[in-house]
Amino acid sequence: MTGGHAGRQAYTGVPRWLYALAVLAALVVVLPLAAMVARVNWANFIPLVTSGPALAALGLSLRTAAASTALCIVLGVPLAVVLARGRFPLLGLLRAMVLLPLVLPPVVGGIALLYTFGRQGLLGGAIEVLGLQIAFSTTAVVLAQTFVALPFLVVSLEGALRTGGQRYEAVAATLGASPGTVFRRVTLPLVLPGLASGAVLSFARSLGEFGATLTFAGSLQGVTRTLPLEIYLQRETDPDAAVALSLVLVAVAIAVVALAYRRPGGKVRNQQASGERPTTAATPGGALT
Amino acid sequence: MTFSFQAAVDERGFDAALSLGPTDTVAVMGPNGAGKSTLLSVIAGLVRPDRGRAELNGRTLFHLGEGWERWTAPHHRGTALLAQEPLLFPHLTAADNVAFGPRSAGTPRRQAMEQAVRWLDDVEAGDLADRRPAELSGGQAQRVAVARALAADPGLLLLDEPMAALDIHSAPLLRRLLKRVLADRPAIIITHDVLDALMLADRVVILESGRIAEEGPTRQVLQKPRSAFAAGLAGLNFVVGTSAGDGILASRGHIAGHSEDPVPAGRPAVAVFPPSAVSVFLTDAHGSPRNSFAVAITDLEPHGDQVRVRGGGLAADITPAALTDLGLVPGMTVHLVVKAAAVSVYPL
Repeated sequence: MTGGHAGRQAYTGVPRWLYALAVLAALVVVLPLAAMVARVNWANFIPLVTSGPALAALGLSLRTAAASTALCIVLGVPLAVVLARGRFPLLGLLRAMVLLPLVLPPVVGGIALLYTFGRQGLLGGAIEVLGLQIAFSTTAVVLAQTFVALPFLVVSLEGALRTGGQRYEAVAATLGASPGTVFRRVTLPLVLPGLASGAVLSFARSLGEFGATLTFAGSLQGVTRTLPLEIYLQRETDPDAAVALSLVLVAVAIAVVALAYRRPGGKVRNQQASGERPTTAATPGGALT
Repeated sequence: MTFSFQAAVDERGFDAALSLGPTDTVAVMGPNGAGKSTLLSVIAGLVRPDRGRAELNGRTLFHLGEGWERWTAPHHRGTALLAQEPLLFPHLTAADNVAFGPRSAGTPRRQAMEQAVRWLDDVEAGDLADRRPAELSGGQAQRVAVARALAADPGLLLLDEPMAALDIHSAPLLRRLLKRVLADRPAIIITHDVLDALMLADRVVILESGRIAEEGPTRQVLQKPRSAFAAGLAGLNFVVGTSAGDGILASRGHIAGHSEDPVPAGRPAVAVFPPSAVSVFLTDAHGSPRNSFAVAITDLEPHGDQVRVRGGGLAADITPAALTDLGLVPGMTVHLVVKAAAVSVYPL
């Protein structure tokens, strides 16, 4: 692996045994997927993925994931900007809380949502007064997906904001642009790639949401039964359908990853090389006292 | 007075005052970390000082401390900032970059674009209007940045080493351009280059450790520096002491010189002399009105067609032939000799 073109390749300093472990790691991910693909019933693939319940689940998944991605953008952009630029006490704590859904078991998130928006929940009374019923509705699916997907957008966008720094914003302000104009015409366009990859990741996470959805929204066909729930249900009765639908989700996931991690086309940020300030203050004479 | 400024930033040990007339250009010079960029940031409103007051064309930029709490946001100040890097918005064309200021001020898009094209023509970058910043060279980008700053119609232009990141071919062009555009508008320019100070500025301010060490007309500061930094810029040897007779008493002894006006004895004074007036001897050949300093050579470096000999904080310029004859090497102890007539003495 390291030989061959050794004369032309730059030295990498990677020990050989590391390659062995790396291959093992790749297998951990790839092997199960391959095993699943091997079990696909290709003869019936099309009928399986186009059955009524399957299409209903897929349609619901796409609609709710799109809605929650939109919600993530609307709520996540301001949050990321505040986290990246804000200066106030407990900022670190706020960031930690916002990132919690990344590490929390989704079922816990579902329970938390149930006790917030459910009939007996914190906001249940207020919601009932408005004549709304959130738990076990499509709205609940969107809320559950937003809960788990929001951190993906926030993390990705906050990173882009931090990397970009505030120099462009400062220059824009000295040119007479109000904070609103700076945000609209400078900040947002500059972090658009970060926002896009964050949105794609949020969409993917929403699409795959299972635990929080099941807990908070239940599994009603056409209303709250998204594709992952449908797959879980089919697994008991029709394993072939479950495998076929899983393959659909894998395909979507691959497309999403390719979209989010494609090589950035434009080198937007780096064209103005940030050279060190020359420190050649003239000191021919020097001083002495 | 168009612009008056006094501010203190405790965290950075900055405390300075400055004022400008309607067409003044002031060069701010000083060692790294002296507070030059802090000065511009405070004026532009990017850093909030602890105390102080600034006014531009009769409008208060800030008035803080002693019960005052007035603060004008950066975008209402009219103090456009041009940095070492052009910082053109990468997602906008050159023309859109230049139109950014007018559009932020509410100028309709078409009118703003017309202004942008005019400003681009003015900085000889009219043909670059449709280019993206990534397609511009460093010099072109900085010219567009100048146009962008001017298009915002600033009451005070702030320039933070605008030439520092340019190659030697682009810098002269930009310097000529700046000389033209700065002639009739107030500006503050930070620079490391004494040429910028001479060409672009009416006055120079030397900042050292957050304080103004020296201030005055550029030519005067370079001819009669009162700070080690300014002496360094002017390429002069600079010794601080107290006046005594025709010379000064410094830590290394009496230095004989001459002064235009007699300096009363015991006052802080400096002895200043050019390295070209200093000779190097291997032995202490003492002629009467001469100063001789025994120093160990620290550095030998080319300086034009001469060789600069450094030692003991002093510098002497000798010919390469003399260097060979004397066989000078770093670490050698030599005597630097300068005639009293070549040493000017004046009070600090």
